[in-house]
Amino acid sequence: MGGLFDNAMGQSAAFMSARMPSFTDFLASYNPALLPPGFRGVGLPLGGIPGGADNEVIKNLPHATTIVTVACERGVVIAGDRRATAGNMISKRDVEKVFRSDEFSAMAIAGVASMGLEFVRLFQVELEHYEKMEGRTLSLEGKAHRLAKMVRDNLVPAMQGLAVVPIFAGYDEAAGVGRIFSYDVAGGPYEEHRFHSIGSGSIFAKSALKKMYSDDMSIPDAVLSCVQALYDAADDDSATGGPDLTRAIFPVIATITDDGFTRLTDDESAEYAHQVVAGRMLSPDGPNAPLRAAS
Amino acid sequence: MSMPFYVSPEQQMRDKSDYARKGVARSRSSVVLQYAGGILMVTPNVSSVLHKISEIYDRIAFAAVGRSNEYEVLRKAGVTYADVTGYQFDRGDVTAHGLANWYAQALSATFTESMKPYEVEIVVAEVGARPDTDQIYRITWDGSVSDEPGYVAFGGQADQVAVVLKERFSDNMSLTEALAAALAALTAPPPTAPAASSTSASASGYASARSASASASASTAASAAANNTPTELTAAQLEVAILDRARAHRTFRRLSGPRLEELIAESRASTAPAAAESPAEASAEEPPTGPAAGGDGTPKPPAAK
Repeated sequence: MGGLFDNAMGQSAAFMSARMPSFTDFLASYNPALLPPGFRGVGLPLGGIPGGADNEVIKNLPHATTIVTVACERGVVIAGDRRATAGNMISKRDVEKVFRSDEFSAMAIAGVASMGLEFVRLFQVELEHYEKMEGRTLSLEGKAHRLAKMVRDNLVPAMQGLAVVPIFAGYDEAAGVGRIFSYDVAGGPYEEHRFHSIGSGSIFAKSALKKMYSDDMSIPDAVLSCVQALYDAADDDSATGGPDLTRAIFPVIATITDDGFTRLTDDESAEYAHQVVAGRMLSPDGPNAPLRAAS
Repeated sequence: MSMPFYVSPEQQMRDKSDYARKGVARSRSSVVLQYAGGILMVTPNVSSVLHKISEIYDRIAFAAVGRSNEYEVLRKAGVTYADVTGYQFDRGDVTAHGLANWYAQALSATFTESMKPYEVEIVVAEVGARPDTDQIYRITWDGSVSDEPGYVAFGGQADQVAVVLKERFSDNMSLTEALAAALAALTAPPPTAPAASSTSASASGYASARSASASASASTAASAAANNTPTELTAAQLEVAILDRARAHRTFRRLSGPRLEELIAESRASTAPAAAESPAEASAEEPPTGPAAGGDGTPKPPAAK
């Protein structure tokens, strides 16, 4: 077991030995202290902290909130609001919860923000490490399963109040479609079809998407439905932030298609948000779904 | 009971070094050089899956010659070093300098402590924000590191390749110009026939073992040397990659297929005036063997003469 500054021999032996191409597995044997607590097979030492998981400090850590994803023509769209909450306080207005995990996939997080960010960093390295070691990228299922293991490893900290639940979306190069995978605190993955949402406002966002979604939506339509759904989530969930017109803070939106991961620029995102807000000025509850199925 | 012979440490080191040098001399040369838009790496390699040039990190690449199983171990170790460092600190904290030092330590430890040294020579290159912050390091089997500003040739016939590369290299070349320089260097003929036969006797012997063993037994050293390096390399015989300065995040890119063919054609066109003379020269010198040896380096029957 050694750190980065150990003598060269010990380190070179560890780095140069034949092994499986998983970065997380390597760190677990080389220097587990670098991994988040759950990955070492232990939780946080909460024994000495009064209240354990109910401790006010743990409960009031910033939490990331609502994410929506929509499968569409050429791939998948993923978007997240910008709010992080600490108990009943807004801890951050411009937090980012949607991340590029590699060229053809993205992940977003709901739950304890700090743990979520570590997850993202580790998962990004995990995918890139595999790619460089093996000279090929993992299949989309392979990536989804890898993330499931990471979530499962976090189970004990999750029980102690440090839960993170990601959502994973990507373009499946083999099948030529966008796919969505969800998780619970014990792992997963569950493949979701058409659309999905996670986080505190997900009930409202999902209900909105249910009424707006249609198969093979164009990318702009899919983006618009995501922004509408986030607006609806913000409308009814205090932990989800709506478009902040005064500060020009708008949802983070990314598309993953056969061209790879692209994050919309702030200006593009602003345009969609303004469009939605303008519509809500006329109709505060948003677009109406037809009451009867077209015959 | 037998006593082991006493071997002086000096002799031991020399033997190991000779052993490693001969191993490396068996391999074809590679070049790494700067151009305005980044760093270009070129090596003759007929395999499109067993790479001699690879990505290490966002702005760092690895090129190697020698025994492939050994440099593969080093490549993976380098990726691990970079990924651990980047994860522990920040992506920007992974540098070619740090990696070169790590390789130097690892290689020198193996060189001094194990029976068999690594038969490899590696280059670690990092593309900076501007050309003057680019870094190229060459690390040899015994762990010695050298800083090679601008360009480096390494592997079997590194010296003669470096001579041409030095002539052709200039600051702020375009990618096409840089590729032209690299190809000219890699196909460089030995300076003079007698010099080739005397100075690199062992080197050409090993080289011939890989490429054209029949030519080693041929009558003239000159024809042997000519057969070692095909006069014109095609896209299928080359492994080419760049670190693209303008790219965000991961700058490493392989150039292959139609894109590479196009670039090679452009680079040939740009050097057309100089090249126009050479076919005449070549045909004047050795009409029958020149074109025959140009293709894939396979030994040709001497019946042509």
